[in-house]
Amino acid sequence: MARISLQDLRHSYLPSPRTEADWALKHMSVDWSDGGAYALLGPSGCGKTTLLNIISGLLTPTEGRVLFGDEDVTDMPPDRRNIAQVFQFPVVYDTMTVYDNLIFPLRNRGVSGADADRKVREIAAMLELDDMLPKRAAGLTADGKQKISLGRGLVRSDVNVIMFDEPLTVIDPHLKWVLRSKLKELHQRVGSTMIYVTHDQTEALTFADQVVVMHEGTVVQIGTPVDLFERPRHTFVGHFIGSPGMNVLPCTVDGGQAVFAGQAVQTADAPTDTNGAKTLEIGVRPEFVSFASDGIPVQVTKVSDAGRYRIVDVQHDAATLKLLVPEGEDIPSGSAHIRLDPAHTRVYADGWMLNGGAAA
Amino acid sequence: MNGKTSNPKAWLFVLPVVALVAFNALIPLMTVVNYSVQETFGDNVFFWEGVKWFEQVLHSDRFHASLGRQMTFTAIILAIEVPLGIAIALAMPRRGVWVSVCLVLMALPLLIPWNVVGAMWNIFALPDIGLLGRMINGLGIDYNFTQQPIAAWFTTILMDVWHWTSLVVLLCYAGLRSIPDAYYQAAKIDGASGWAVFRHIQLPKMKRVLTIAILLRFMDSFMIYTEPFVLTGGGPGNTTTFLSIDLVKIALGQFDLGPAAAMSLIYFLIVLLLCWVFYTLMMRGEQQ
Amino acid sequence: MTMAKVKWLAPTLYIVFLMLPIYWLLNMSFKTTNEILNTFSLWPNEFTTDNYVKIFTDPTWYNGYFNSLTYVIINTVISVTVALPAAYAFSRFRFLGDKHLFFWLLTNRMAPPAVFALPFFQLYSAVGLFDTPIAVALAHCLFNIPLAVWILEGFMSGVPKQLDETAYVDGYSFWRFFIRIFLPTIAAGIGVAMFFCFMFSWVELLLAKTLTSVAAKPIAATMTRTASTAGYELGLLAAAGTLTIVPGAFVIYFVRNYIAKGFALGRV
Repeated sequence: MARISLQDLRHSYLPSPRTEADWALKHMSVDWSDGGAYALLGPSGCGKTTLLNIISGLLTPTEGRVLFGDEDVTDMPPDRRNIAQVFQFPVVYDTMTVYDNLIFPLRNRGVSGADADRKVREIAAMLELDDMLPKRAAGLTADGKQKISLGRGLVRSDVNVIMFDEPLTVIDPHLKWVLRSKLKELHQRVGSTMIYVTHDQTEALTFADQVVVMHEGTVVQIGTPVDLFERPRHTFVGHFIGSPGMNVLPCTVDGGQAVFAGQAVQTADAPTDTNGAKTLEIGVRPEFVSFASDGIPVQVTKVSDAGRYRIVDVQHDAATLKLLVPEGEDIPSGSAHIRLDPAHTRVYADGWMLNGGAAA
Repeated sequence: MNGKTSNPKAWLFVLPVVALVAFNALIPLMTVVNYSVQETFGDNVFFWEGVKWFEQVLHSDRFHASLGRQMTFTAIILAIEVPLGIAIALAMPRRGVWVSVCLVLMALPLLIPWNVVGAMWNIFALPDIGLLGRMINGLGIDYNFTQQPIAAWFTTILMDVWHWTSLVVLLCYAGLRSIPDAYYQAAKIDGASGWAVFRHIQLPKMKRVLTIAILLRFMDSFMIYTEPFVLTGGGPGNTTTFLSIDLVKIALGQFDLGPAAAMSLIYFLIVLLLCWVFYTLMMRGEQQ
Repeated sequence: MTMAKVKWLAPTLYIVFLMLPIYWLLNMSFKTTNEILNTFSLWPNEFTTDNYVKIFTDPTWYNGYFNSLTYVIINTVISVTVALPAAYAFSRFRFLGDKHLFFWLLTNRMAPPAVFALPFFQLYSAVGLFDTPIAVALAHCLFNIPLAVWILEGFMSGVPKQLDETAYVDGYSFWRFFIRIFLPTIAAGIGVAMFFCFMFSWVELLLAKTLTSVAAKPIAATMTRTASTAGYELGLLAAAGTLTIVPGAFVIYFVRNYIAKGFALGRV
């Protein structure tokens, strides 16, 4: 087991990429610490699967190096990298029994006899597949097959990292919960690094200790679920994570202060240097906006009930924003004023948070 | 087969098909059955003969010989075309411009009229003017398919391999293309050997199309007529006279309608029976 | 790794093997009969297009092409037209005897044409269609209709039933739905079915020859006559043979992207 480092990685599916848009993965360097539970989160087409396939060795990156510990594995095929991968659609060998499926990776590596048998039974028990062992794998349900895919990774004692590529896509909703908590439990028992690719924020936030958010081929933020919620480094993260997403409002910066709607807005860090950014925006989550007796004048346009709280849409000129109002509090109709919580209000320059560490 | 609604009116949809096929299949079949139990000396005068012709055909050495040649031929071409077709399908590029080029060129022999196939191979294999004939003789092997039974068989089989292997290739290729990339990737990660990938991923996924391929090749090779007739005329002697060639010789050459009709029915029943056996065996294999 | 590098070799060698006899036919078609019989050469020494000129100017030759194309096209149209509703019924409905009917249809694909040659001759003579393209077109329905039903049923079963239901909810009548929505959805399947009908009708000769004598004689039959009666006019034979490959090549080019799927009868 080892730490995984991606150094100065870039990848393009085109033979000779020219423009920035030709790169499926833009320049990045990422470290994955040994034994961590990571989620790789982002919308479809953001490059998650590409990144995953580079780590597993199914793809060789156009530029950069992949290191497992101190060993450079960039040009090493997947079977020599000691990785395991679970795919979106369950992959099982239809002609084999569940037992043969599980022992297959061991046999291919020359492990057999009592050791292999013991390992297979141990993993089958862990995955609650023990009753199924003599059955044909083809006859199992989707979640059973997905467990086999996972089991083929777990039986190997040499595995550096187990990767999951949206593994719950074809699983029934009520089983998703079961399988997801199973994964979490397995991570604690097995202790190997796990990387879980998904576009579903709930899956990512419940599974992972560290979430890697990707957007258009770039890693925009790596952090704990709390970090992503409270300190989104990029407006995309603010928007993608949380429901409803972060409010993003156009602003100007004047005299070291953000200005919105002609009023100075207090922010967590004073925006000193805007680096000549083209667009400047204020980001604040709906959780940190409240009605007040004075502040920014708005019109209330819509109220929707979401159970424990209500989501209120308000408008100032062309800008709309949402705020959450807890049960029992009054909502003014028509004209009102709102206040943004300074501790959770930040200025973004060209999408990136100012002062919080703009360079990726 | 599930999720279908019961609808007796569906018969109206299939009526045109049934009418056309019945016209073509049932009336001629009745004619054949009619002939098979009668004797005629011309002038449309028929005498009831019962099962005499069937007994005669089933006991005739000539029929046994044609049937034996037919079985041997079909067995040989299946043994060559199926493995060869699978091998070529496996070696084909999976994507890119070459796929279209390969497919178009490979499909070409399938669209050549069958007697042109025979004629083409005739002039290709003739020892004096044919490229193949010249090449083989150039290697120091005495080769003349119009004189030597072995050469005639070799040429007929080579022609059939040339003509039909592409069908197996195209079917297997279609089967292979339906395998998602994830299967190959998972196998790579599991450290599977090339043989294991073939045995546990590719072959199972090709099973259905292979069943179709084997059935089609079996049926069509069992009915083969035009190509060997044009190539060798069934000769030298009777050495390449397969069932259809023999049948046409009896029916249209000697005008022995009774025996020809009886033989037709036996022939058709053999094809049906063998197809059914093949199909059942392959389906049973799939369920296990 | 070395395996991957030589992998292209197998298809390449196979294609070379496929092309050799075709090349030889082409080579001969540009030679004079004299050259064919007296010298052996890998390409024409006395290049001539006389063989082709003869085919394009002599009506007994070029009529053969028209006759063949006529019955092939008629057959393709008939087969696919009647197979469409039938395939729809098999893919969507249960009805009395449906499975047996489907199997019976397929058994006709297994009938050796040699078995039917003589009865067909008598049948089509009796109904007065002997020596017409219609006779051959109808006779070829024997094996093409089952095939078209089989292919189309495969493609249609791949279309979710919800499509039909949604259309009815939207107020479409059955035939309007079938023609305006359903047929465009399975356009690829129709193309493939037409390709196969064309192919098997074009390559079949035994029945086509039996059912025609002069007026509707197919090109392929014209060739056999030449080979036997007019001495050994090999150059002419080769040119005629070469020309029979052209329509096939043309048709393949159009369906090249569906070939693989089509050969698997739409069910892969």
